[in-house]
Amino acid sequence: MELSDLQDIARKERESQKPIRVRCCTAAGCLSSQGQAVKSALDEAVAANGLEDRVQVIGVGCMGLCSEGPLVQVDPAGTLYERVEPRQCASIVAALDGGDADANVGDTTRPFFTRQVAVVLENSGRIDPERIESYIAADGYHALHTVLHDMTPAQVVETIIAAGLRGRGGAGYPTGLKWATVAKTEADRKFVVVNADEGDPGAFMDRSVLESDPHRILEGMAIAAYAVGASQGYVYVRGEYPLAISRLQTAIRQARRMGLLGTQVFESPFNFRVDIRIGAGAFVCGEETALIRSIEGHRGVPRPRPPYPAASGLFGCPTLINNVETYANIAPILRKGAEWFASIGTEKSKGTKVFALAGKITNTGLIEVPMGTPLRTIVEEMGGGVPDGGTVKAVQTGGPSGGCIPQSALDTPVDYESLAQVGSIMGSGGMIVMDEQDNMVEVARFFMEFCMDESCGKCVPCRAGTVQIHRLLTKIRDRRATDEDLATLRTLCEMVKQTSLCGLGQSAPNPVLSTLRYFPEDYRALIGAPSEPSANGAAPRTA
Amino acid sequence: MAVRTLTIDGKPVSALEEQTVLDAARDAGIEIPTLCHLDGATDVGACRLCLVEVVGTNRLLPACVTRVAEGMQVVTTSERLREYRRMILELLFAERNHVCSVCVANGHCELQDLAIAQGMDHVRFDYLFPKHLVDVSHPRFGVDHNRCVLCTRCVRVCDEIEGAHTWDVAGRGSRATVITDMNVPWGSATSCTSCGKCVQACPTGAIFRRGSTVAEMDRDRTRLDFIVTAREKKQWIG
Amino acid sequence: MESTVVAREKPRAAGGAKQHPSGDNRFKMLEATMKRHQYQADALIEVLHTAQELFGYLEEDLLIYVAHSLKVPPSRVFGVATFYHFFSLKPKGLHTCVVCMGTACYVKGAANVVTAIETMAGVRSGETTGDGKLSLLTARCLGACGIAPAVVLDGAVTGRQTPDTVTQLVKGWLE
Repeated sequence: MELSDLQDIARKERESQKPIRVRCCTAAGCLSSQGQAVKSALDEAVAANGLEDRVQVIGVGCMGLCSEGPLVQVDPAGTLYERVEPRQCASIVAALDGGDADANVGDTTRPFFTRQVAVVLENSGRIDPERIESYIAADGYHALHTVLHDMTPAQVVETIIAAGLRGRGGAGYPTGLKWATVAKTEADRKFVVVNADEGDPGAFMDRSVLESDPHRILEGMAIAAYAVGASQGYVYVRGEYPLAISRLQTAIRQARRMGLLGTQVFESPFNFRVDIRIGAGAFVCGEETALIRSIEGHRGVPRPRPPYPAASGLFGCPTLINNVETYANIAPILRKGAEWFASIGTEKSKGTKVFALAGKITNTGLIEVPMGTPLRTIVEEMGGGVPDGGTVKAVQTGGPSGGCIPQSALDTPVDYESLAQVGSIMGSGGMIVMDEQDNMVEVARFFMEFCMDESCGKCVPCRAGTVQIHRLLTKIRDRRATDEDLATLRTLCEMVKQTSLCGLGQSAPNPVLSTLRYFPEDYRALIGAPSEPSANGAAPRTA
Repeated sequence: MAVRTLTIDGKPVSALEEQTVLDAARDAGIEIPTLCHLDGATDVGACRLCLVEVVGTNRLLPACVTRVAEGMQVVTTSERLREYRRMILELLFAERNHVCSVCVANGHCELQDLAIAQGMDHVRFDYLFPKHLVDVSHPRFGVDHNRCVLCTRCVRVCDEIEGAHTWDVAGRGSRATVITDMNVPWGSATSCTSCGKCVQACPTGAIFRRGSTVAEMDRDRTRLDFIVTAREKKQWIG
Repeated sequence: MESTVVAREKPRAAGGAKQHPSGDNRFKMLEATMKRHQYQADALIEVLHTAQELFGYLEEDLLIYVAHSLKVPPSRVFGVATFYHFFSLKPKGLHTCVVCMGTACYVKGAANVVTAIETMAGVRSGETTGDGKLSLLTARCLGACGIAPAVVLDGAVTGRQTPDTVTQLVKGWLE
């Protein structure tokens, strides 16, 4: 495979496009609401009308607006049909040359769509995730070619540093620095690993990227491997994502057949092999040292750092671990340049972030916005606020490691530092909206139950501490708690946060601490006789 | 071998560069509480009792796995550390059924010693009273899971020093337990060599010699040291 | 949870893999998977995935067989098999119903869905009915938050469920 071959494939793919394209979402969300039946019905209707020469029906990845699925969009007209039922497909096909179809037409000018800036999701919902040609036609693998033939590994690392990309897994460590560390470490064997163990409940960005545009991840991995000097990669993906796994398997097979993975990629001396490792249901395996143990076939138990995986990771070798969304940003950065990327977002948080909007919100689904976009814009404008005229009580970001941001802080811009300031974290990008009916003690208890069940059991504060925090929250919920219990809860949360071995335990108290900070009244209301002001100075409520 | 100088609790200390803060402190006669640490076995940093403050870092660092560094200023005891250590011990006592008065290890128990040393005079948390089994199927030893603190010293000593890997941990979170072979009664675990190293390693009364009654179960840890030194340094006289 | 894995790569046909004494063909397929991984101990989790797919659950004999083949201590195999939620050491019911209890599903009432099924089928979450017809399980987020609450019925993900709609669907299985 050489550049001219790649360009040939792209040209042929573009030329084979038919004048009218009907894109049909086949990501997991839409598939579970009859998406496959809709696609079949569209195929049948096209055949029945003898339109095969002019019209093609394409199964594509996620189009974002999951709450209105299954979604169908017609190009070049751009008409979007929502909540499509198989019986409506004949009329959609009949209306392809004009006229109205008997189906719900979506408004593509609403802020949900217009406020988005697509970098990671640029191909999602546009290309066929099961055909490598479709990705190549969208400039896929061009960046890899450039990197292998025109750049040194050091130049690639410099580009990523200059772009200012930070880890999208949640902590926001500068990606370029991580690459530089692995690149500098001398070793015979190095690995690159994709963390696709998207465990935060309420987050489905990584799943969507893998289902909609798997080759983008492979290209990002290959570029990273070249930059750090690795020749083997692993994608560690959750077992709960069967569709993502199968599309990734297909993508690896296709890339290998074309010589874009394997030995001598693009006729260069670079070799790169990718294997998939399937997780088996353990949230803690999102923690990098636990993930490494799991790939090695052990219990996914974290170990103290240092040494960091960049120095000693998988099988004791230097290992680069990045999140799915981080890898998804790599090819565009190399294609369009570090400056372009750095021009998006804020001073310290560059680029875009994909969020999974869910909970009590009208438009649930996936959105991608520049860093620094205020929460209010996302929740109220794009998300359409709480359905049926309810009001937002809190927005939960960062899953069980994050916090609940109150309505009063909705003007917070979403970037790593601002979210940390209001007691939450960026996390991987789950964003759950809660309304007045949600009691924050219940919410905190829900997350604590999660952490308790998912604790690996190695270190005492996390194993035994989460159990006791959960018991205290249950006591409060059942109106059996005293002021003393509330004080114990605070001390215990602080202790678990400070003393736990890994990120799971260190962040497990966050949902409790943030709800205590912003919603003390939810706690006070459940505690018998309020006697003195709570520690954060809020006045006790009189009964 | 390069030497590093640091201060521990204000006391100037010199240590070899590959030493941990825990080793350096012990050499200097400063005691840092530990539970999962066992001389001769790999450290796992699980009990969190040896957490210390290091000037210039916000995070608390486990002394057992933190290497010394030049100019490091370590604080091993502070009000905050004392409070956290007490709380960790309270959590352990509440987690299973630790009743000293009827325990074979009473008076020879590291958990008990730690509680006394840290001034843990009461437990703020609900006792969970879980139902755990006592396994006396082994002809010479027994295991009472009610007294297990999941320090994994038995697992490590069996794997790393004896080389049998009879023990491992099953389940996770608070439901984790130590097991032998395919979770069979210890007496039917064919990989067990009955060497008794786990008995020597256990910090509490969880693993004991059969026939011991209350407060009779003391241990001789120097025997483990002896084997490790013999294996690693080929020295048989201590 | 095994029921949600529907599209994993099937083990390749076993050319020349050794026959298990029981003559059970599934062992041949398991052997092929282990061979593909060159009987490396680090393939343990992959091998357990295949074993569970073939046999439905991980029986003690099967775990011992895997331990011997990969030359891994039995206690380590048991430790790994019980660490991950996916692996089941007990047989599952004829049908499985997995209710997602992720945050989005939770705030949209997934707990009520679980309670409704528990009451109707007389089974607790995580267990199988006495007649072996239904296993009720919960999952920690299936990533289908856009269509919350999500329920997986015999491997098919369905969205926007209510206590009523789910009990209607599950009732048929119990008759």
